[in-house]
Amino acid sequence: MIRKQDAAVVDDLGFNFLAELSESPEGKDVLGCMQCGTCSGTCPLGVAMEYPPRKIILQARSGHLEDVLASPSVWMCVGCYTCSSRCPRGIELTDTVWPAVRDFALREGHQPPVELQNAFQNLYMYGNVLGKSPRARLKWTKGLDVDVLDLSKNRQPVEVLWLVGDYPSYYPRNQKVAREFARILTALGVSFGTLGAKEKSLGDCDRLFGEEGLFETLVESNAEMFAKHDFERLVLTDPHGYRALHKFYPKYGASFTAQHYTMFLADRLEQLKPHLHRPVQAVATYHDNCCVGRRCGCYEPPRQLLEAIPGVELVEMPRNRENGLCCGGGGGGMWLDGHISEHGGRRLSDDRVKMALDTGADTLAVSCPYELSRFEDSAKVLGAEQQLAVCDIIELLAQSMGLNEGGPL
Amino acid sequence: MKIAVVLRQVPDLIEPLEIAVGGKALDLELATFLVNETDDHALEQAILLKESAGGDVTVVAIDYGDIDNTLFTAAARGADHIVKIQLDDDTQPQPETMSIALATALKDIGPDLVLLGSQTHDELLGPLGPSIAHHLGLPYIGVVCGVEPFGGGMLKVFKEFPGAAKAALDVKTPAVLGVLAAEQPPRYVPVSRIRAAAKSAQFDEQEFDPPPVDALTAVTELYAPEPAECAEMIEGDEEEVASRVAGILAERGLVK
Repeated sequence: MIRKQDAAVVDDLGFNFLAELSESPEGKDVLGCMQCGTCSGTCPLGVAMEYPPRKIILQARSGHLEDVLASPSVWMCVGCYTCSSRCPRGIELTDTVWPAVRDFALREGHQPPVELQNAFQNLYMYGNVLGKSPRARLKWTKGLDVDVLDLSKNRQPVEVLWLVGDYPSYYPRNQKVAREFARILTALGVSFGTLGAKEKSLGDCDRLFGEEGLFETLVESNAEMFAKHDFERLVLTDPHGYRALHKFYPKYGASFTAQHYTMFLADRLEQLKPHLHRPVQAVATYHDNCCVGRRCGCYEPPRQLLEAIPGVELVEMPRNRENGLCCGGGGGGMWLDGHISEHGGRRLSDDRVKMALDTGADTLAVSCPYELSRFEDSAKVLGAEQQLAVCDIIELLAQSMGLNEGGPL
Repeated sequence: MKIAVVLRQVPDLIEPLEIAVGGKALDLELATFLVNETDDHALEQAILLKESAGGDVTVVAIDYGDIDNTLFTAAARGADHIVKIQLDDDTQPQPETMSIALATALKDIGPDLVLLGSQTHDELLGPLGPSIAHHLGLPYIGVVCGVEPFGGGMLKVFKEFPGAAKAALDVKTPAVLGVLAAEQPPRYVPVSRIRAAAKSAQFDEQEFDPPPVDALTAVTELYAPEPAECAEMIEGDEEEVASRVAGILAERGLVK
């Protein structure tokens, strides 16, 4: 814990903010900020922020944190980790400063944007951001031609406990991806199960949005649920959940072996390849999602999967891997489009679709449930929906394996 | 000002409701409950009044559904005291039983103002407010959308009428107000504060043995609404349904 006399801060609010941050090793790094401004310059929404990361730290030191807490820019970070990745002092700004400033804003009585409040309420009441019935978690399996085990009703040991995620469970566009992944797992002979009505969001975005209490509630509930089941690994369709399990859950004493589905399938590439017998004629460019990519440094498995599909030609956007541009949906951004555009922010998914079009690709491949709808919407807004198909890697694999449901290709 | 707020639980419509065997009531065995929306607005209005004019807020609720979570949230939002009434069972009570139980607890509190939602989605006519007012011998004003104190035990109460008309009424306290909407949406409180309230909030738990109530009406049959004859149920695959919808819109000149 830092002492007030040692910290160059002039008021209690700023001191408390920095003192609480300094309780964790990553948070303590914030004290070493040298105000170079790299974070602000590199943030894709920095130009629209009244208080980008550098200024937040400056305001806390100079006794003006209250101005930050009342500013709309508190709710504009979309958790892309570009600032963290570029910071020359190695400060994990996305995982420390942003959640802390939002936590302080909530504690000081500032209200988050209404669209975000709804997402929080839904998570608190129903365990999913969409506000859907927990009992309808497995509705997507209705009429499916392969079995999806509901471990909450039929507990048994499995190799993979598949955390399907909120959007693949409930959102029709993503439900197709869930069904195709179930077929792929079955074709590979993987023993897998889901938690059915007992599955809850991992709460990854709440943590980034400063709703620590909500995140803790979900961690406790999920850790207790996972402990009841016998599995070798958790496999996630949603990279945000993977990031949460990988980076945040262990801090609460909840450590589980977890893989994003791209990692899980890439580990079984040799087993997968004989199933990829149908050519898929596509010039594809891959969009690195920020959580598996920039946050966890994993860039090759999705590319290995795409390159293994006969007929797929992989081309790269100039901004790829660590330099990839965020779709704008992470860290709660999925529920803040209105707030961000109202306060001068760009729709990042539009920019990203333009980059994909510039490569000459006819397919934008993704591996995150948020990105399908965000990029498909942007392709429509740009009048390019006939020119560019947006597909999850699962859909391209399923097509090559003859397990797809039709769809955009 | 001493303000009392009534919070009720209602079945959450996120789950499909089913009619119980016997056909006279809903099967609430598997239903989940949540706070009644207009009661939530009544609580917000009470907190706003407390913030602007001082006083304290006592929440009164009957124990059924997920009431504890609702009460912890109320404490986190700023309620000062919480009274939880235990009846002889923990199912949703009949309206008249609810009214007598709440009125009895409210009499003990002796508030200057009682606020509750003007309706619930399972009681659109909102009989509870007038019924409580009757038991307490107080005036009742419903469909309230704002309250301002102006001294001397007087309140300026704003009430909505159809056609966007609004009335301002001078009301002498004590009174019972049925709130449709608070002056601002119910505030969001972080879950950390609700969790803290769950650890520290003290409930005044009261048992109430309700007297037998002669119901003036009885449900003879409960059934799902039948589709009206003028409704056309469009069936088929996505293409067929979309093409029929487009056809109807074109027939009626809504699209070219």
